[in-house]
Amino acid sequence: MGSIFENMQGVPLNHYIWFCAIIFTIGVIGVLVRRNAIIIFMSVELMLNAVNLLLAAFSVHHNDASGQVFVFFIMALAAAEVAVGLSIIVMVYRNTQSIDINVLNRLKW
Amino acid sequence: MNIIITIAVTALVVLYTGLFKAKKALLPITLLGLLVALGFTICSWDQPTVYFGMMQIDNFALAFASISIIGTLFIFLLTQRYFAENSQNIAEYFTLILFALCGIIIMVSYKNLSMLFIGIEIMSVCLYILAGIRKQNFASNEASLKYFLMGAFSTGFLLFGIALIYGATGSFDIDVIQTNLVNNVTNVSPLFYPGIILMMVGLCFKVGAAPFHFWTPDVYEGAPSLITAFMSTVVKTAGFAAFLRLFAGAFEPLHDFWMPALMVIVIITLCLGNITALYQKNFKRMLAYSSISHAGYLLFSLIVLTAHSASNVLVYAAAYTFASIVAFAVLINVKQKTGSDDIESFNGLAKRNPLAALALTIAMLSLAGIPLTAGFIGKYVMFLNVMENYQIILVVIAILNALVGFYYYFRVIIAVYFKEGKEVELDTPVQYKVVLVISTIVILVLGIYPSLILNLI
Repeated sequence: MGSIFENMQGVPLNHYIWFCAIIFTIGVIGVLVRRNAIIIFMSVELMLNAVNLLLAAFSVHHNDASGQVFVFFIMALAAAEVAVGLSIIVMVYRNTQSIDINVLNRLKW
Repeated sequence: MNIIITIAVTALVVLYTGLFKAKKALLPITLLGLLVALGFTICSWDQPTVYFGMMQIDNFALAFASISIIGTLFIFLLTQRYFAENSQNIAEYFTLILFALCGIIIMVSYKNLSMLFIGIEIMSVCLYILAGIRKQNFASNEASLKYFLMGAFSTGFLLFGIALIYGATGSFDIDVIQTNLVNNVTNVSPLFYPGIILMMVGLCFKVGAAPFHFWTPDVYEGAPSLITAFMSTVVKTAGFAAFLRLFAGAFEPLHDFWMPALMVIVIITLCLGNITALYQKNFKRMLAYSSISHAGYLLFSLIVLTAHSASNVLVYAAAYTFASIVAFAVLINVKQKTGSDDIESFNGLAKRNPLAALALTIAMLSLAGIPLTAGFIGKYVMFLNVMENYQIILVVIAILNALVGFYYYFRVIIAVYFKEGKEVELDTPVQYKVVLVISTIVILVLGIYPSLILNLI
């Protein structure tokens, strides 16, 4: 563990923050631009992973383990969300034969 | 703690009861579990306890927990004759609502940001499934997918905000964060500002405040009516309790920074919710827009933070919860009979169903904020709160919006009493009558004796 800590600390914290912010932004743009439900879903995972990386970096920076514990919570949640989310997508696919979210326009004002 | 355990155990017992095909026992077990949980809530009143540095069960948490539990109880009472005879998944339905309630109790009593996250997610994941529980119904599918994608998206924002705040302070504990802010109020870490804004965006998504509200009407319309009732009352209340705990507690020292952003959100929410509600022909969708506008009023308590902010939200949330439950109960009843949830299907309801019509009228008056109902007290304390800081423009906008609100709430009352309709006779089951009568009494009693609840926390 010690060497991992030293290696992580070799990179300045600012770089981690910028890197994670960029990944997060790619995820947000992906959600807003793409039309395929599965790709949107992948973009959301990208956002969550950016957060995980950032938490791990801060955790090492502060020398505090709680950040890494939080990462486990996020990973467990992401797994639960994948299970529920994919089953919802399958359910929609069975009824519409498509996972393009443009199909979802029946409910409108 | 024992509240959460009771509810979780009840959920599991209900699941096993469903496995053994004991359909008749489901509702009594659920109600019993919820009543025991409510008893625990009342017993732990005035004994603030912190569990493992993670959950703080104080009067604030208990008050919101009891409103949530009572709201859920009423929603369970509305399940009588709601399901088709051969419905297979009633036990799952009940279990998911109970697990969502567990998440809600965690959300109102968190002391650590990880508990906030876990509570919100326990609740949300259950609701994603509940919104789409009618697998063959296209509207339900669409609501579920929309809710899921938007919910996961907003969770991303919330988490990035939490990560930045952790980076700035080195702790997830809201008390440590607050102390950290108070100690360096002139020299706050630059990570803090984007952190607060991102968390605000994430929570605004969850409570459905504009401009992050666009999923609300679609999801509320598409989801089964019972689930919509749960989402727009109990879930919304919990979202505001979580919002309040964080922003009136931990982030209070930076109030000057986030208040202008929140003020813009409030003004957009009020105008958008009320004006769009005017054009709705569908009663359920109108209630969805009205719930957006009520989110705007509820956020008033965060514009000016006083000692009364929490109790103001409690009064408003109680008024809104009971009135909405009545509205949804009548809606479910009407829809079962007429097969439509347009406002037109309420025409001439009063001739044959005086009780339902009277309850609906009182609920609508309360939502609109007419004196002698709880809704008036809620709006009054909110406006008074903001007036203390002379936010005149905000109060003027809010009053104009309240007037707009009168129009669409009264349209329902006019349809019920004065329009000629098919004179349908609803067969209101006993449990519906119980819910209607109790809720109406609560609305009136809170409207006449607001001090019962106003000084509770």
